Amino acid sequence: MIYADNAATTRMSRAAIDAMLACMEDNWGNPSSLYGAGQRANEALQDARERIAACIGASPKELTFTSSGSEADNQALISAARLGERRGRRHILSTAFEHHAVLHTLKKLEREGFEVELLLVGEKGTVTAQQVAAAIREDTCLVTAMYANNEVGSVLPVGEIGAVCRARGVLFHTDAVQAAGHLPIQVEKQNIDLLSLSAHKFHGPKGAGALYARQGVPLVNVIEGGAQERGKRAGTENVPAIVGMAAALEEACAHMEENAEKVSALRDRLIAGLSRIPHCGLNGDPVNRLPGNVNFCFEGVEGESLLLLLDDRGICASSGSACTSGSLDPSHVLLAIGRPHEVAHGSLRLSLCAENTEEDVDAILRAVPEVVAYLRDMSPLWKDKISGKRAFVL
Amino acid sequence: MALYSEKVMDHFRDPRNVGVLEDANGIGQVGNAVCGDIMKIYLKIEKDIVADVKFETFGCGSAIASSSMATELIKGKPLSEVLKLTNQAVTEALDGLPAHKLHCSVLAEEAIRAAVKDYYDRNGIPYDPKDFPDCDSCESCHAG
Repeated sequence: MIYADNAATTRMSRAAIDAMLACMEDNWGNPSSLYGAGQRANEALQDARERIAACIGASPKELTFTSSGSEADNQALISAARLGERRGRRHILSTAFEHHAVLHTLKKLEREGFEVELLLVGEKGTVTAQQVAAAIREDTCLVTAMYANNEVGSVLPVGEIGAVCRARGVLFHTDAVQAAGHLPIQVEKQNIDLLSLSAHKFHGPKGAGALYARQGVPLVNVIEGGAQERGKRAGTENVPAIVGMAAALEEACAHMEENAEKVSALRDRLIAGLSRIPHCGLNGDPVNRLPGNVNFCFEGVEGESLLLLLDDRGICASSGSACTSGSLDPSHVLLAIGRPHEVAHGSLRLSLCAENTEEDVDAILRAVPEVVAYLRDMSPLWKDKISGKRAFVL
Repeated sequence: MALYSEKVMDHFRDPRNVGVLEDANGIGQVGNAVCGDIMKIYLKIEKDIVADVKFETFGCGSAIASSSMATELIKGKPLSEVLKLTNQAVTEALDGLPAHKLHCSVLAEEAIRAAVKDYYDRNGIPYDPKDFPDCDSCESCHAG
């Protein structure tokens, strides 16, 4: 199997598995219990908190563990909105291609009376600090912009956006789920007030996320109950998963530069090879791009068919077509970067990691052109385009 | 459980009657690029019987499988039977489709009807327009 869907999830690292197994076998107490077994679990939890905080330049008490990146996004946005409303500020700035964890939470806040403004992301899929600066108003309480896009891989200038927000006294949240472990994060230097991350995107376990909230930014509970996580997130901490997250993130950060170098070389080889397919287009920013992200639209084919045929050849990938999204519309991200529907249905995302090899890339480069040609050969849409009845988009 | 039945995957991987029929005397095309699926059916009708049939489809796995199965179901059949083909029959022959994919079987039924209508139109054969509802009335393509 060639796994090229690392933006969906990653295989757990040996370090993370070992750390989790040891924790599950020997350190299974409840970290809130007073006796020794509980306190040892609490020590493991606090140790993980310190190590994760160190990876992003935060202090341990600024980290709250959650069940997922989505939960962290929900809590970050709701907390910032509550603080804003106490100060009479009900305007929120974001981008048109955020993850649904952000967009759907913003919809909810909109129904409560907040005014949400989504900045256009342009063809490359990014927003500039100038765009943010121009859109911030007196009553803006939050800017939320993702660090890197999960579908098209573009990397946003979060440090510059953070600086603008800090200068204007507006809270800045970034969904760093795709960035953590792959791109450097320094919350102080980048003027980030709130940041979400998710363990399973950097070879940690599923079911573990974290929310960084700068000291002084009050969090509002999304889950009520006990006093875990300093009362900000009820529910007994998933200690083994959190320990696994710490092991995975530390390892990812320790090898970040070499991994990025290796993976981006594979990515560029893949992009160069796929670009030779006629009437295709690379989605996202060709330069400011996640090391492992490759995303193309192929004219005249539909993404789900593409994925099924690639699966038959042992290649795991994903698509933003309507048929894979479970709705009638293709991915909002592809529409946001200006891809028309008919082309957005034919998208293919391949997301690589350091475990991928040149052989993987070569196998993908053999398979994709064949599968695209096969599907085009039975596509009436493609036939209309090559016969000139319908114009090519790409 | 897998997304699709083995039958669907079989017809997707090894579609029957795929291609163009150069001497077709009835051609029907339904769906649109915006929705992400287009089906084109070519019929060669001789003495009111489907002597040959081919299809071309732009769409997902279930769209391709539905087209393939539908062509199998009508090949060699008289037009009176062809016009009775329903999307349920296509779905059942495929051992079912996921709920959000049922519209693919509807497209197959409509593409075949459109091809028969084209045959009638070309040959000046009278028919009841009510038997050939416009594809644009299909909710699947207009709900979004």
